[in-house]
Amino acid sequence: MKITNLFMAAAGASLLASTVIAGSHEARGRDGHANIIYWQAASIMNPYLSGGTKDIDASSMVIEPLAHYDENGNMVPTLVDEIPTVANGGVSADLTSITWKLSEGLKWSDGSAVTANDVVFTANYCMDPNGGCQQLAKFGDVTGVEALDDLTVKITFGSAKPFPYGPFVGSTTPVLQAAQFANCSGAAAPTCTEANFNPIGTGPFVVSEFRANDTISLTANTEYRDPAKPAFESLTFKGGGDAASAARAVLETGEFDYAWNLQIAPEILAQMEAKGMGTVLSGFGPLVERLMINLTDPSASLGDARSTVANPHPFMSDIAVRQALSMAIDRPLLVEVGYGKAGKVTCNVLPSPAIYDSPNNAGCEVQNIDGANALLDEAGWVMGSDGVRAKDGVRLSILYQTSTNAVRQDFQALIKQWWSQIGIETELKNIDAAVFFGGDQSSPDTFQKLFADLEMYANNFDGTDPEAYMGNWKCSEIPSPENAWLGGNMPRYCNADYDALVAEMAGTADIAERARLAIAMNDMLMQSYSIIPLVHRGNVAAAANTLKGVKLNVWDSDLWNVADWSR
Amino acid sequence: MTDTTIIEGKGRTLWGDVWDQYKTHKGALIGTAVFMFILFAVFLGPYIYKVDPQYLNIRDKNQGPSLTHLLGTDQLGRDMLAQVLHGGRVSMAVGVIAMAISLLVGTMVGLLAGYFKKLDGPLMRLTDLFLALPLLPLLLVIIMLFRDTLRGMFGPETGIFILIVFIIGATSWMHTARIVRGDVLAQKEREFVLAAKSIGTPSRRIIRRHILPNVLSPIMVSATLGVANAIITESALSFLGLGFPSDFPTWGRLLFDGANYMTLTPARVVWPGLAISLTVLSVNFIGDGLRDALDPRIRGR
Amino acid sequence: MFNYTIRRLIFTIPTLLFISFVIFFILDTAPNDPTGNLPLTIPPEVREKIRISLGLDKPMFFRYLLWCQQFFINEPLNMIEQWFNITIGDGDRLRVQSWATRSPVVDLVVERMPQTLWVVGMSYVVGIIIAIPIGVISAYKQYSWFDQIGTFISMLGFSVPTFFTGLLLIVIFSVNLGWFPSIYDTTLKVDSWGNFWLQVKQMIMPVMVLAFFNAAQLSRFMRASMLDNLQQDYVRTARAKGLKERVVVLTHVLRNSLIPVVTVIALGVPQVFGGAIITEQIFKVNGLGQLLIIGIQGADIPLVQTLTFIFAVLIVLFNLIADILYGLLDPRIRYD
Repeated sequence: MKITNLFMAAAGASLLASTVIAGSHEARGRDGHANIIYWQAASIMNPYLSGGTKDIDASSMVIEPLAHYDENGNMVPTLVDEIPTVANGGVSADLTSITWKLSEGLKWSDGSAVTANDVVFTANYCMDPNGGCQQLAKFGDVTGVEALDDLTVKITFGSAKPFPYGPFVGSTTPVLQAAQFANCSGAAAPTCTEANFNPIGTGPFVVSEFRANDTISLTANTEYRDPAKPAFESLTFKGGGDAASAARAVLETGEFDYAWNLQIAPEILAQMEAKGMGTVLSGFGPLVERLMINLTDPSASLGDARSTVANPHPFMSDIAVRQALSMAIDRPLLVEVGYGKAGKVTCNVLPSPAIYDSPNNAGCEVQNIDGANALLDEAGWVMGSDGVRAKDGVRLSILYQTSTNAVRQDFQALIKQWWSQIGIETELKNIDAAVFFGGDQSSPDTFQKLFADLEMYANNFDGTDPEAYMGNWKCSEIPSPENAWLGGNMPRYCNADYDALVAEMAGTADIAERARLAIAMNDMLMQSYSIIPLVHRGNVAAAANTLKGVKLNVWDSDLWNVADWSR
Repeated sequence: MTDTTIIEGKGRTLWGDVWDQYKTHKGALIGTAVFMFILFAVFLGPYIYKVDPQYLNIRDKNQGPSLTHLLGTDQLGRDMLAQVLHGGRVSMAVGVIAMAISLLVGTMVGLLAGYFKKLDGPLMRLTDLFLALPLLPLLLVIIMLFRDTLRGMFGPETGIFILIVFIIGATSWMHTARIVRGDVLAQKEREFVLAAKSIGTPSRRIIRRHILPNVLSPIMVSATLGVANAIITESALSFLGLGFPSDFPTWGRLLFDGANYMTLTPARVVWPGLAISLTVLSVNFIGDGLRDALDPRIRGR
Repeated sequence: MFNYTIRRLIFTIPTLLFISFVIFFILDTAPNDPTGNLPLTIPPEVREKIRISLGLDKPMFFRYLLWCQQFFINEPLNMIEQWFNITIGDGDRLRVQSWATRSPVVDLVVERMPQTLWVVGMSYVVGIIIAIPIGVISAYKQYSWFDQIGTFISMLGFSVPTFFTGLLLIVIFSVNLGWFPSIYDTTLKVDSWGNFWLQVKQMIMPVMVLAFFNAAQLSRFMRASMLDNLQQDYVRTARAKGLKERVVVLTHVLRNSLIPVVTVIALGVPQVFGGAIITEQIFKVNGLGQLLIIGIQGADIPLVQTLTFIFAVLIVLFNLIADILYGLLDPRIRYD
């Protein structure tokens, strides 16, 4: 025992010595300049005023939250020393409050000290009713935020929260400097252009020039807490163009070091990578491309009652039809054609994190045209002379809509052909993304209204907890004229047992129990075939081979560890 | 009394003269031949080359030209030649009809604005209004308002076709109108117009018989540019999801889809690009020939 | 002429107001939505709150009048304050703000002027310089090989879309040859010969793509106009008088032919500011065209309204200039 202790001490000492020695060789800013390209340009450096991923990522280089998610989905402390849990007393036993303790000696980039006051101010900034804060959902159910002393913040919730890590965890909710944003609360928030473009933060970089929708020039933060980081003295964050040209800039011309979100056909990406200047990185979060079946009748003749629960769908209400639709799809081929390495086949709408991945739905990986045909024959859908099945005068004719996107259009073409082999006639429709995902009441093309028989898109959730995500399919979340179509339950799925599981999960704290409930909910959805999952999509990025330290993170900002990058 | 012998010869008509002059313009003849060839290819070709342009055969994806697929395949294994032929129908129809609409509206507005001083102000301000309108939001609005009714009345493809042709025609007439107006303003002061007015020719006849033939030159140029513009605008619309359904090939769309595959399968961009360019070039030469043939000062030179 | 000009200028004000209202109406009726591009993780209730905070719950006419007040009154006051370094009133007034960047639209426009003028403006000039000689020679030697090849190349420039030519040039010159950068650096300060050379290198490809496109149209009009004039009687007279051919063509015919071409050029100037959307996207020049398309796709109504209105002003203005030029240059034209 004593000898092992001695060994441990010696090992520890030498490790310490080597890091000290190594540390003195590494200086901040030794690697010069780096270039990052995001094909969607950043508009503002304040994620509270813009929830777009590009803006969150851009601001994550300058302002930071109390804790980040790392590339495996685990929480890592950033401005604190340890993550509060029930075990270490940070979270109260009744799960209604969480206390964060800031690290000692943290400084803003202008030299002033970081205090709990800044955290309190930021929370109030977002919760201000007139502010239009885009991250309000993260502060849902927060009843109070107070500073217990200079370095301690206590957040209180209205009800017990098994997962209290909503506010200030992840780059979507960073801490702002109270002094800088003092006059920017509420309705005045959008007027503070200077602060919104050049926030004072604790992150590794500071903004030296911000050109909206174009380029951001950044320099290393001299007050950053780790004196050896960042390795780069300056950074350029350029925006604009499209994904293919961004990939080209990193992989073929070498003008840039990192490109984000490369949604390009896999063969083109492979060809670019073959040039040898850069590497394609991919990581899998919870993003799933899926078909949402409309269980209600979208026929235009119903007028205002279109796509409402008052009228069940003439043929989609038949589970045999929905199951046949799913069986006819060749998912491995979809992955190969659309995403290559950046996609995986999935039979679950909740495939990630791994503890929530249900093993009970395997079998959808193999296309089964004959089985689908047999199923439809059995259910009484007779093949007509025009190749389209019909029963009681109802023809299986589908309107299939999705957003405008080359890969999605390819999927539509493939799926249309497979469905024609089982006697289903399909009409394809694609809608501009800003219209499809927008909430304009007057447009009939939004994905909430679902004035079609089914639609395809991808969805995911923030962070690692699926509670809010699975809650999307409660009966109360059905979009309808009464709630101005503001709901997340596109298939109009309504099942009392499902709602009961959602309520149970809201009160369960044990992770294993939560996983069991999530899996049960997923199975219920999958086995009703109201949602047909297609591809588990990953994030794809490209990094130059000379760039070291990049860890693609699907749970947080792509640039979460830009302080650790070097050449 | 002198006996006047009537010499019987070949009767000369205006259109006969025009055709005679047209024949001497080699470029116009080649242009007409090419255009006719493309027309026949796209309208009759699909009956000869019976491959379905929408049939996907993944195993054959991204291939270059071969015996089974004469022009290669795209990333989903669809045959390129079939797509170019079928796409040609739509592209040429859109190009020609949209160009005709914009030409008609533009010429009419230009003639009226140039000839009648009272109409000049309001018509030109209307032109300014249309020039200033942002095309994309306008398209979104029109499509939102009319897509479903037209789809219900004519079926998805014909409905969209009518909508697109109308939109392109209604948003590209302004340039022609301005140019024609400029030319009419110049022609209006010429002596033969004054002469016609002095013998009491009504305005509409002056415009039709005297002014219109003399402003043919810019109209012909606009026609050519109009065809190219219509085809390219249609491809931009498809790209934005405001055009034809995604599995409906058109030349512009083929070019756009194939652009990123340029280094992988160049055949994908060469053929639609060539098709568009040849169509535009042939229309251009036909326009040149027509303008020369219809101009009495060149005829018989 | 003078009366005509004054009349037109007075008439532009109600025209522009009407145009601004039509544009606002179209933008408001369009079905896209400013929250449409936000990640789906933001729940629908929060999106509704965002829309309310942007002012979308107020009636359309109210918002239009608000924009009018911000643009026609507040912005000029702000400009006067900045130029003369004075403060009018309390100096704290609402300016037209973009919803995406939450910053004044006019500031964004001013920020992007340099690259727009450098790239798109320069390409327009280059296009003119290329087009006029080609048009003249094509017309003079009609049906010769120069004419046919010139026609072919100019038609090619017009019929092949810019997204294709741009991409082709990038693949050849950036990827394979490595001569020019494929991405435009807007922060490059030209303060030394080295930087000047870098600026030229990054401008060559986008300028050539656009110039090719512009030259096609202009050369066709130039050629048509020259052909019309070469048949005129005064040309025969000039030749009969014994004037040198070069004088006949360049002094007499060219000057008269330039009249319609000059008007076409004047009409094309507003396009410099907003028309090169695709080329700007491909080379990431990030000028006014790119700003407009980002605004349209993000349903950023104040930004698109202000930009489109600025373009409308330019269009109306340059139409007026073209008309006046036409009246001045061509003695046959009489407006009154």
